[in-house]
Amino acid sequence: MRIEGQAVCLPADIDTDLIIAGRYLRTKDRSIWAARVFEDLDPGLAGRLKGSVIVAGKNFGCGSSREQAAVALKEAGVAGIIAPSFARIFFRNAINVGLPLAEADLPCIEGERVIIDLSAGRVCSESTERSTAPLSTRMLEIISAGGLVEFWRKRS
Amino acid sequence: MATLSERILGAPAGDYIDRRVDRAFVHDGTGVLTLETWKALGGSDLACPECLSVFFDHIAPANNSTTADLQDELREFAAESGLHFSDIGGGICHQLMGEGGVLPGEIIVGADSHTCTLGAFGAFATGVGATDMAAIWASGSTWFRVPETIGIRLSGRLCGYAEAKDLALTCVALLGMDGAAYQAIEFIGDGAFHLTMDSRLTISNLAVETGAKTGLFYADPVTCQYLESFGHLVSPQKPSECCYRKEYSVNVGEIVPVIAVPPRVDSVRPVSDLAGLPLDQVFVGTCTNGRYEDLSRLARIIRGKKVAIRTIVAPASRNVLENAAKTGILQDIIAAGCTVLPPGCGPCLGAHMGVIGEEEVCLSTSNRNFRNRMGVGGEIYLCSVSTAAASALAGEIREAGGEA
Repeated sequence: MRIEGQAVCLPADIDTDLIIAGRYLRTKDRSIWAARVFEDLDPGLAGRLKGSVIVAGKNFGCGSSREQAAVALKEAGVAGIIAPSFARIFFRNAINVGLPLAEADLPCIEGERVIIDLSAGRVCSESTERSTAPLSTRMLEIISAGGLVEFWRKRS
Repeated sequence: MATLSERILGAPAGDYIDRRVDRAFVHDGTGVLTLETWKALGGSDLACPECLSVFFDHIAPANNSTTADLQDELREFAAESGLHFSDIGGGICHQLMGEGGVLPGEIIVGADSHTCTLGAFGAFATGVGATDMAAIWASGSTWFRVPETIGIRLSGRLCGYAEAKDLALTCVALLGMDGAAYQAIEFIGDGAFHLTMDSRLTISNLAVETGAKTGLFYADPVTCQYLESFGHLVSPQKPSECCYRKEYSVNVGEIVPVIAVPPRVDSVRPVSDLAGLPLDQVFVGTCTNGRYEDLSRLARIIRGKKVAIRTIVAPASRNVLENAAKTGILQDIIAAGCTVLPPGCGPCLGAHMGVIGEEEVCLSTSNRNFRNRMGVGGEIYLCSVSTAAASALAGEIREAGGEA
């Protein structure tokens, strides 16, 4: 499975409050989450996420368990996320909603083309290549299916 | 020999395993998305309805008709499906689970990151998101990667106005915000056994702020006695105190009152460094510090005096509120000018009640001081109950002990 997109660089310890603020959680309307993603970090960022790959510092997605954070990023068009480490609940949530992620420390240049090759276990930018911590076969299948719901439907 | 997590999960660190979950819960904040996902998964039978709970605590009572409608859907579902249900006013999910709902050795999963609180009972308790929870509703089980464990050896006793929160924040600073990522923490040593159950719950609660999966205490006579008061007879767990990936030592007697400076929980400084910082609001409560021991500490400091700024107090559960009413400390808190909210945790995440305004500063006994969490443009400083109480009287950050 291969994902390609333009790099959006973010620092370490991005918490899920910053990804989607608590004030937007009381809805089932996913388009609201997509529109408000990262509002408190950079209000213009939501509009630049379509087709992007987020390249972040360590501990991405820390804090609240709110799955709306992973959903918001996917709905906003984020193709994948690269970070040296993820908060574990966010990591599970992202896989469960079919948002590809790769654990790797890739230097980030804003707007540069980056590739995540999940099957091969590597990520690369125009200048750098890194291997990633491998995902289990089941995780890869869930991401390929588009999330756990789709994965279950296909199996049943 | 094995760590407590390895013993409970029955497999060595690093293994990926599927396990049946003893108890699982959601709250009004995560339950709506869990229900929607469960329906999308096929939504026919629940694997173990009697193992599942729904707690209304995040926006309780509802703040507007959208929330009310979403809550109503979940309320009806819980009633139809035979889930244990705690409506508004009952209290915070972690506190209510901890009032006799969790036993040593159990596997507890909650759709909330602070589920690690319940590790204080010697249970493997961890948070997940809505889709994982929906799959647990459907199958009764989930997957885990058995974590490596960090040992934190505590020695001595808290003294002066230092309390469990100060110890917990000091540990977060020691490990950093991702220092225990993908791992469990075990609190061991004689210093652990000196701590009350309420204090242990505060310490386990903050484990997730280091990225930990859970923060465990071995069940000991303190645990057994506490659970006996809820009708459970359990045995202590024998600590193995081994196989740690890393071990830290903390002399509890040297802990001083501290504050976590925004926007990081691991940015911890002595209260004395920040004394005099003007405040707009003080908040005492949450799954970290809304228990009886906490309200009692607050009352002791503010009794017979008046708070200088708006001070919000939210008991963690109806049980805590009732006890506070019975013993008279609730009256002390009200008479001192505090605003008492219904049991719940709305202010902590800026979702409901106690939201702060642009450039306002709140001193809070909660667990997260992330940017804008309690309100856009506002700042959150985290502290213990004693520090919150002394500062509420002064209208600025002040260390407890110096009140006139």
